[in-house]
Amino acid sequence: MKEKKIISIEKVSKSYPIGGRYFMALKNISLSINKGEFAGIVGPSGSGKTTLLNIIGSLDSPSEGNAFVLNQNIAKLSHKDAAKLRNYNIGFIFQVFNLLPVYTVFENVEFALLLQKNTFNERKKAVFDALEWVGLADHANKRPDKLSGGESQRVAIARAMVKKPKILLADEPTANLDSENAHGILKTMKKLNDELETTFLFSTHDEKVMGYLERTIHLRDGELEKDTKQTKYRL
Amino acid sequence: MKLELKLAFKNLLGARLRTFLNILVLSFSFVIIILLNSIMDGWDQQAQSDSVAWEFGEGHLINKKYDPLDPYTILEGHGPIPENKKGLIPILVHQASIYPQGRMMGIILKGIDSKQQILKLPISKVINSKEEFPVIIGKRLAESAKLNIGDKLQIRWRDKNGTYDANTISIIEIFDSNVPNIDTGQIWIDIEKLWAMTGLKKEASYFVLDTQYGSGDIPFWRFESQDQLLKIIKDLVAQKKAGQSIVYILLMAIALLAIFDTQILSIFRRQKEIGTYIALGMTRSRVVRLFTIEGSMYSILALMVGSIYGIPLFYYLAEVGFAVPPADQKMGLALAPVIFPIYGFKLVFGTILVVIISATIVSFIPSRKIAKLNPVLALKGKQQ
Repeated sequence: MKEKKIISIEKVSKSYPIGGRYFMALKNISLSINKGEFAGIVGPSGSGKTTLLNIIGSLDSPSEGNAFVLNQNIAKLSHKDAAKLRNYNIGFIFQVFNLLPVYTVFENVEFALLLQKNTFNERKKAVFDALEWVGLADHANKRPDKLSGGESQRVAIARAMVKKPKILLADEPTANLDSENAHGILKTMKKLNDELETTFLFSTHDEKVMGYLERTIHLRDGELEKDTKQTKYRL
Repeated sequence: MKLELKLAFKNLLGARLRTFLNILVLSFSFVIIILLNSIMDGWDQQAQSDSVAWEFGEGHLINKKYDPLDPYTILEGHGPIPENKKGLIPILVHQASIYPQGRMMGIILKGIDSKQQILKLPISKVINSKEEFPVIIGKRLAESAKLNIGDKLQIRWRDKNGTYDANTISIIEIFDSNVPNIDTGQIWIDIEKLWAMTGLKKEASYFVLDTQYGSGDIPFWRFESQDQLLKIIKDLVAQKKAGQSIVYILLMAIALLAIFDTQILSIFRRQKEIGTYIALGMTRSRVVRLFTIEGSMYSILALMVGSIYGIPLFYYLAEVGFAVPPADQKMGLALAPVIFPIYGFKLVFGTILVVIISATIVSFIPSRKIAKLNPVLALKGKQQ
């Protein structure tokens, strides 16, 4: 099952103009991720983790090389097609949760489904299922400002998972959480990975996260340093 | 679009005080623009209907030598009444002098058929008067010359040969009309008397027409339709409206500036939210549409809020009218002491449309920036 290639990065480089010069955030990266993997891109700050994640998430495009996600070349996607890819197939979890402040927990989770034009009953069932997964069904009517950091991140996970995406990209998901909450969140994500076969790709330099990863892709100064698989990971 | 509307509504409700202030300012614009325009429309209609009722009838047939705006044409500007023409009420205009309280005062003596029923002028009151020269005057002349009903005063005029003559007239009625053109400096008398006084038997300076006349010039007489005669009033009201438009522009500018500023601030402060929308799969054009709808929705909500206090106010003013200060009524305009506003479909929906379209445009202009935002930087909340 896990042998099916879902993400393929081929000699990808990314540069940004900074102060009249170009900064190389990624240098000739090649890798592939299979369906259902629970993998992480790790490395120190400035190593290019988030840049790679953003390219895979079709929020950014490579300066050189090709990035194929679900057989779609990110560099050649129009804004509209990229939005469609994100809407149906990619879920995002951010470091600072990025919940929409004026919406309730239910509405935040429902948002992705609204874009998919599901009926209200379908949305309601899916939202409560997602909130059940993360243990927040009884918080459905709360606003994000009434939630703790751990609860907010669990809402963000529910929002990312509610549409049952093929890929879930998590950028430093535990950076703003205490140890207990971080482990809780990671266990939830691993459970979803096992149950739904969603491919999880993290960007992190958090040891706690690394302990859960099946595969660790190390980046340093924009270059692929090593790509290791571990059989003993925390559950 | 339905989704954007729903989201925009939620976002506006979420913004609370900012939304409330914008809506309040915009609702003032709505109400004041409609109110001022409705008063102008009310005045327009009142002035037109009063002018038709008191002065114009269905139109005028004017002697080609007579120019109502040039007193030097009065002497020669008259002619025999055309035969076999129906629907003509002859009016003979003549210059004269009166001597109220011993002062000499130049006036226009106007003779009109005392049995006429086209104009509201109460000239029929002279029919049963026992006075030798019964006349009626308007309240403006009565006030300026300090005249009352029952007063007798000397009048002097020249007959058709230029010979001075004089007699005593009796004021038997002081009428109250909103049309100053038939009042200020004018005395109305039965045309038979004026013909006798001047020797201009069966002559007229102009005719007030009824529907039997139809239209068109006849030899020596120039036809002016009711519309042509009303044009002066319409032009005047249009000119006043144009003058008032500066007030509307200022009101709208304040309200739209508030929306524009809010939009700029929203896009500046809500970058992370915009990035999140894009990351969750919203296209940039939909996010632009969402923010544009948010801005234009201010106008919809302002319409609702404006209706809450505007409709009772409009209803109240439609019932009791809008009092015009006495000083304004002496400006020579056909202006009633109380104007009843008219809320026409065109006015109300025109104003709504203008405000909604303007709000949408000022919302769209800053929202276009979203299409150029880098979603990665937006997600981090970095200013772009």
